[in-house]
Amino acid sequence: MLKVLLPIVLAPAILCTTITFTTHRQNRAEFTYVSGPEPETLDPPLLTGFLEGRIVAALFEGLTQYEPKDLSPIPGIASHWNVSEDGRTYTFYLRDTKWSNGEPLTAHDFVYSWKRALDPITAADYAYQLYYIKNARPFNEGRLTDFSQVGVRAVDDYTLEVQLENPTAFFLDLTSFPTLMPVNRKCAEAHGDDWTLPENMVCNGPFRLAEWKINDRIRMEKNPFYWDAQHVKLQSIDALAIESINTGFNVYETGGADYLYGVPLPLVETLSDRKDFHSHVFLATFFLRFNVTAPPFDDVRVRKALDMAIDKEGIVKYVTRGGEIPAATLVPPGMPNYQPPEGLPFNPEEAQRLLAEAGYPGGHGFPKTEYLFNTSEANKDIAEVIQQMWKKYLGIDVTLVNQEWKVFLSTVKNLDYQIARGNWIGDYVDPNTFLDMFVTGGGNNRTGWSNRRYDQLIEAAAEEKDEDKRMEIFREAENILVADDLPILPVYYHVSLDMYRPHVKGVSPNLLNIHPWKYVRIDRETN
Amino acid sequence: MENKPAMAGWAFVVFIGIIVLLTPVIAPYSYEEQNLEEQYQGPSLKHWMGTDSKGRDLMTRVMYGGRISLAVGLAGAAVSLIIGVTYGSIAGFKGGRTDNIMMRAVDILYGLPFIFFVILVMTVVGRSIYVLFIALGAVQWLTMARIVRGQTIMLKEREFVEAARALGASNARIIVYHLLPNLIGPIIVYATLTIPSVMLEEAFLSFLGLGVQPPASSWGSLAADGMIHITPVKTDWWLVVFPGMTLAATLFALNLLGDGLRDALET
Amino acid sequence: MAIVLLIIATASFFLMRFAPGGPFDKERTLPEAIEKNLRAKYHLDRPLAVQYIIYMGGLIRGDLGPSFKYRNRSVNTIIAQSFPISLTLGIYALSLAFIVGVSAGTFAAVNKHSALDYTTMSITLLGISLPNFFLGLILLLLFCFELPLFPAAGWGRPGQMVLPILTLAAPFTAYIARLMRASMLDVLSQPYIRTARAKGLSEFQVVSRHALKNAITPIVSFMGPAAAAVLTGSIVIEKIFAIPGLGTHFVNAALNRDYTLVMGTVLLYSFLLVLFNLAVDIAYSFIDPRVRL
Repeated sequence: MLKVLLPIVLAPAILCTTITFTTHRQNRAEFTYVSGPEPETLDPPLLTGFLEGRIVAALFEGLTQYEPKDLSPIPGIASHWNVSEDGRTYTFYLRDTKWSNGEPLTAHDFVYSWKRALDPITAADYAYQLYYIKNARPFNEGRLTDFSQVGVRAVDDYTLEVQLENPTAFFLDLTSFPTLMPVNRKCAEAHGDDWTLPENMVCNGPFRLAEWKINDRIRMEKNPFYWDAQHVKLQSIDALAIESINTGFNVYETGGADYLYGVPLPLVETLSDRKDFHSHVFLATFFLRFNVTAPPFDDVRVRKALDMAIDKEGIVKYVTRGGEIPAATLVPPGMPNYQPPEGLPFNPEEAQRLLAEAGYPGGHGFPKTEYLFNTSEANKDIAEVIQQMWKKYLGIDVTLVNQEWKVFLSTVKNLDYQIARGNWIGDYVDPNTFLDMFVTGGGNNRTGWSNRRYDQLIEAAAEEKDEDKRMEIFREAENILVADDLPILPVYYHVSLDMYRPHVKGVSPNLLNIHPWKYVRIDRETN
Repeated sequence: MENKPAMAGWAFVVFIGIIVLLTPVIAPYSYEEQNLEEQYQGPSLKHWMGTDSKGRDLMTRVMYGGRISLAVGLAGAAVSLIIGVTYGSIAGFKGGRTDNIMMRAVDILYGLPFIFFVILVMTVVGRSIYVLFIALGAVQWLTMARIVRGQTIMLKEREFVEAARALGASNARIIVYHLLPNLIGPIIVYATLTIPSVMLEEAFLSFLGLGVQPPASSWGSLAADGMIHITPVKTDWWLVVFPGMTLAATLFALNLLGDGLRDALET
Repeated sequence: MAIVLLIIATASFFLMRFAPGGPFDKERTLPEAIEKNLRAKYHLDRPLAVQYIIYMGGLIRGDLGPSFKYRNRSVNTIIAQSFPISLTLGIYALSLAFIVGVSAGTFAAVNKHSALDYTTMSITLLGISLPNFFLGLILLLLFCFELPLFPAAGWGRPGQMVLPILTLAAPFTAYIARLMRASMLDVLSQPYIRTARAKGLSEFQVVSRHALKNAITPIVSFMGPAAAAVLTGSIVIEKIFAIPGLGTHFVNAALNRDYTLVMGTVLLYSFLLVLFNLAVDIAYSFIDPRVRL
């Protein structure tokens, strides 16, 4: 009997092992980093996430690319450009570059790619990043079908002309953004959704895609056809898809990776003294949203009281512990030329006074309130501490409600909450990426707040060409947001927490935590 | 009862039961109050099981967690008992085609990944503790139904059932007054064995973040939350070991007890 | 069987659709027009009944549809890449549990009431009382952090397979051992065993030639439910050890409202279990000639 059973049991086991070992490669890349969860897509205009952005930035290059330290746009596929007097026309002059299959890359490729990104059939999440281009919006919304009316045109093979709706000061920043990166027409049309698979993908960046195993790893190899290939140091890169931050750390710590994005929060304190630990200000803010359409949060005094009763120092010191910075404003520090307003201080006495003035002295009679957050350990920790602070300083009891991510999002979207956790990561280094969120009816406003003066200021900033004046306008707008009206309650600015080994050279810390791999090299000799 | 392991199991379960019942009175600290200056302390005289990331006393949290864990276990077992007994006794009593179809259905359900549906339901309906009770109970009723059915078939041929029928008793009356009292033994045994399975399922769901939701916590969710504190550089082992071992010990005791009861019943 | 799968497909289809939140809800709200484009692309703008028919139509052709989250992947390719890994893990764990469990159970039964028996039974009882993730963590702590014998995570090298397989197999080994002991004790008290002993066969021969064959029947029928439990157990294991199998996808897909991926996974698992139970029935008839299919 065992003679029958054993082969039945063992045969598939042996087969499976063979499959496992033949399909999973063993050799390690020159540089391995822990990337985070499985990338959702590698199709440049479709992607929305940071970790996808890192991979795509290695595989593709736009008209401009990020300067690794200050993230300003520097020449990429375009070697130089002109901006017209009125700030509405950009002319890009392209280098003579090649796709990874050796074919030339021309201005027509950009026209095709932007058309594809805007095409309703592509259904790109971030198509709105192109809305600054003339007529791009109606085309994406299906109201305009003739793409020749959209403000992008190939003057000749190596000259691209772009017409904008407004003089958009940060348009050049956007040209290094994945949404605006070129996609190879033949490849995309021949393979449809499968064009990003390693066997099909044609790209134009410093690296090309060699392998993509779901939930396992992405292998990239140096692209010999890249225009600046002589300056690319790494021969191969592995991006490990590891969902849990803890597991990622374990892999890094046991020698399985050279670079780790994100450190488990409980370890930050222990690790902060180590040489391979790197923390830097990040372009992101943690805040709370108030639903201003219903009492008690339709009263600005209540909102201010709640803000001033939070010891934000205490939160970053005891809860987040990663060197985060307590926030009084929405826009994080480090924006060039921008002087943020002061916001509100931590002041329990004033908070109590305001709450009493609003009719709830000592918290008496304060309506039942719920604090909503999406299920996660970090959010829970913060919520519990804030709950305690409000109880201690204001005498009000807040119930914590957590919802799983998708439910949370739809609850907040429908203004079906009272106080909700919020978070925002900037797309580019300009206050606009934070402030235009709260204009009346903005898709990401989600507080029900509307202020005509604020709307006017944001609009004026879009029209303003003088940089100093523009920043002054933003400052006035933000003051309304965080000092006068307070539909949101800024808590802290995020920091990026990374670890990388001393032999990883050429990493420049910056606001977006973007480190183009083309500048990175492995050097085990010097220390 | 002579079975010593089972007695030991029983004693431990009673001990845990008493502690859990008295928790609001005897807990050394408050469940929620934070003391941020006493974060991550190992076991000491002041905090027997150490403190957690917010300086809360872990033993207090384990005691309160036991209330939830045991409540889930008991409620889940009760749900499985109600469904299983009803289903099994009807199938067994009716016999024939009805029985055939009903048991065939049980066979099919046995083969299905029920827990997947629990996961689906927990993500879809939302994670209230009552949904958890029902969902976990609904997974566990199949064995109960089989056992009850088997016993019912044996019992219904016996004289006292024949007698009751001759006296004109209705089917429902026969099931409730004549069959069920004779089924109590096996039902209790399997209910005892269902409690640990339900508690284990709850721990499994908690690990996936789908179990008991904060601010409530169970042994399973405490241990699962503690997992992020076990790393190569810093091992706050007490955050996992105490809730985990308390859960394991309780399940162990319940299993000992259940096995002992079963042996006693079968001989 | 087809009917069972149809019911499962229908139930999970509608269950998912009634969940709050949709696949395109993200931290950033999409402009209305863009969300409309997305919904159109995935037919979500059509009435539910039409969506159901479209999905079922695809299913008949073996097409599980595109994933909503992984925009360039079809559910078929995701399953094709991840499932063999889960399968490998499951088969190894089950084989290990079967071999070790049967041996340990037999051993305990033959040496009934010895210290060995009690030790085995205590360990196995502990085995079914430990939450799987707890055991996995302890193993990780001991054999990866303290004693760096095995890597912390990943899949592909033999070393990476040891801890996950052990963790996954542990509760089943324990359960099988207990089942085997009880069943073996039962068989050993049968008259024909006494006959065999009387014939002068050694105890080893009695057990291996005569008793084992009969005692193993309940184990074989346990393999059906065990396979189901291994599939669910591997969700936890894959998460702890970051194994690129299908289990991790399932929970994430349900949370992400990746409708098609959830359904694909549920359907695949159900199909496998039905198939496996069928195989167990067949194996059963091999071992026990009285059972006819």
